[in-house]
Amino acid sequence: MTPPELGDTDILKAENIVKRFGALTALDGVTLHLRKGEVLGLIGDNGAGKSTLIKIITGYHRPDAGTLSIEGQAVQLKSVSQARSLGIETVFQDLALVNELSVFHNMFLNSELTIKPLPFLNNREMKKRTRKYLDDMGVKIQSIDVEVAQLSGGQRQAIAVARSVYSDAKILLLDEPLAAMGAKEGAMILDLVQRLKEKREVSIILIAHNYAQVLEVCDRVNLLQHGKISYDEKASDTSIEELTELVVAEYRKARETA
Amino acid sequence: MAKQATEEISKVDPVNTDGRGLNGVARLATALLRRREASIALVAILLLFYFQSVNDAFLSQGNIRGLAQSGYATAIIACGLVMLLICGEIDLSVGSVMGFTPIIVYLADQEFVFPVAVIVALIVTSLVGLLNGVITVYLRVPSFVTTLGTLFLLTGLNVSLTDGFPKPAPEESTLTRILGGGPYSGIIWALIVVLLMHLLLTRMRWGLHTFAVGGNLVGASEAGVRVNRVKIGNFMLCSVLGGLAGIMEAIRINSVDPLAGGPNVMFLAVSAAVIGGTALAGGSGTIIGAFFGTAVLTILRNGFTLQGVSANTFNIILGISILVAMTLNVYVGRLRRTGRT
Repeated sequence: MTPPELGDTDILKAENIVKRFGALTALDGVTLHLRKGEVLGLIGDNGAGKSTLIKIITGYHRPDAGTLSIEGQAVQLKSVSQARSLGIETVFQDLALVNELSVFHNMFLNSELTIKPLPFLNNREMKKRTRKYLDDMGVKIQSIDVEVAQLSGGQRQAIAVARSVYSDAKILLLDEPLAAMGAKEGAMILDLVQRLKEKREVSIILIAHNYAQVLEVCDRVNLLQHGKISYDEKASDTSIEELTELVVAEYRKARETA
Repeated sequence: MAKQATEEISKVDPVNTDGRGLNGVARLATALLRRREASIALVAILLLFYFQSVNDAFLSQGNIRGLAQSGYATAIIACGLVMLLICGEIDLSVGSVMGFTPIIVYLADQEFVFPVAVIVALIVTSLVGLLNGVITVYLRVPSFVTTLGTLFLLTGLNVSLTDGFPKPAPEESTLTRILGGGPYSGIIWALIVVLLMHLLLTRMRWGLHTFAVGGNLVGASEAGVRVNRVKIGNFMLCSVLGGLAGIMEAIRINSVDPLAGGPNVMFLAVSAAVIGGTALAGGSGTIIGAFFGTAVLTILRNGFTLQGVSANTFNIILGISILVAMTLNVYVGRLRRTGRT
């Protein structure tokens, strides 16, 4: 079976995005595009502005300048809910899971199913769908009734990803899903991304520190430095060495000017 | 006991969720231990047996009525506090609201018919909750401090609005009979409130979001939960429940007393919530647990009074039981956290 071809159209386009926090310019004119079905790796050192960029794309922050467009339509995101309604979903670094709630309630957090027309939760349906979603994605959880507090970091991350995918996400932003994760757990998440990539139904921006993992699953890599995209290349046309060199050169330059 | 409970839970094979492999008794025991409310309900029942065994009058009709009448207001207020505690806040002013609302009913009653006066008073009461919520959420004043302020504000207001004298209770009407006419109307209302609040907390989106806000504020807001609205809404709910209890109490004692309610009722309700398994740090708690917590406190106080034990002794026991409940709460929480990694 050959995987579906990558689409030609940009599902997401960010142009000249600027974001300041007081005197600090976190993003200084970022231009980035994401094609339909693509997995884009976003790398960059701590403080380069990766998380700020993600938070702008998900409507959490508003940019001071620049435009965002989704499927060619310019949008002004006012809230996370609005971004969600446009199909933009995020798995944040600080995990939007609630430890005290069960797996299936977390899966449906803020998009809970109710027994219409009554306002009561439809737990049965939520459990059924949660089981199916997790099975489809190859995520293994001992029981979906347990509080997520009892699960491992990888399992929680996987649930967060599954939640995003199944809430009809068109664009999925993964903010360091592999940070603080063991090899086995990390592999589970990479498998998940690989599986999503093969379907080409959802476009993904993956933020990560580990270049090997980025090159393993991504179609293309963007490097964010000093609030700008300084490098944009197909994953097949670059290497760990090249990416490392780009980041290190940056340091060298900084040290020379200092 | 709580440690035992967690051990029991961890023994259960998590994959085998239908539990067919366990025998019936063990399953029942596990289910009981797993439910936080069950242990406190058990304590309440044991206390009932104990006091009945030492004093025949304990379960007499007259004393059951006394139990119902002295506990219902605390039970209603505890429901509101549970919601707030779960989302990580507290309302110290709710006891003073209990005195405030009947005064507003009395004042509004001069202008409108009684049912309208009640509605007006409850709306005014909800504004107290709104004030607590807005100051806490938008001005970022900790709710402990915000509501400490409104506690004193209302205590003063209650006295100045009435010139310090009790006012006559509303004249008897259908609505007063519904709200406090019969000897058991208070406890019936309390049970209705407990049932509705339990449904709200466990079966509706509002309840899930309340847990989410208290469990992971940043995460909940990133998931798009309107965390400020949830918090402010629960402040308003807590105030309105306090006001409802206040109106019922004024009808029951047949007087609008400027000194009604107060911090004592509020602290009892907080204690009931905590003893019933609600965490002060937010994220977990149950309405049913708070109800049984109220029952335990009411039975203790009533039983000791019948025994001729003084109020001071009751306070000592109340204090110890809160300390024990809190310690267990913290301890179980720590066990859970360490069990996670």
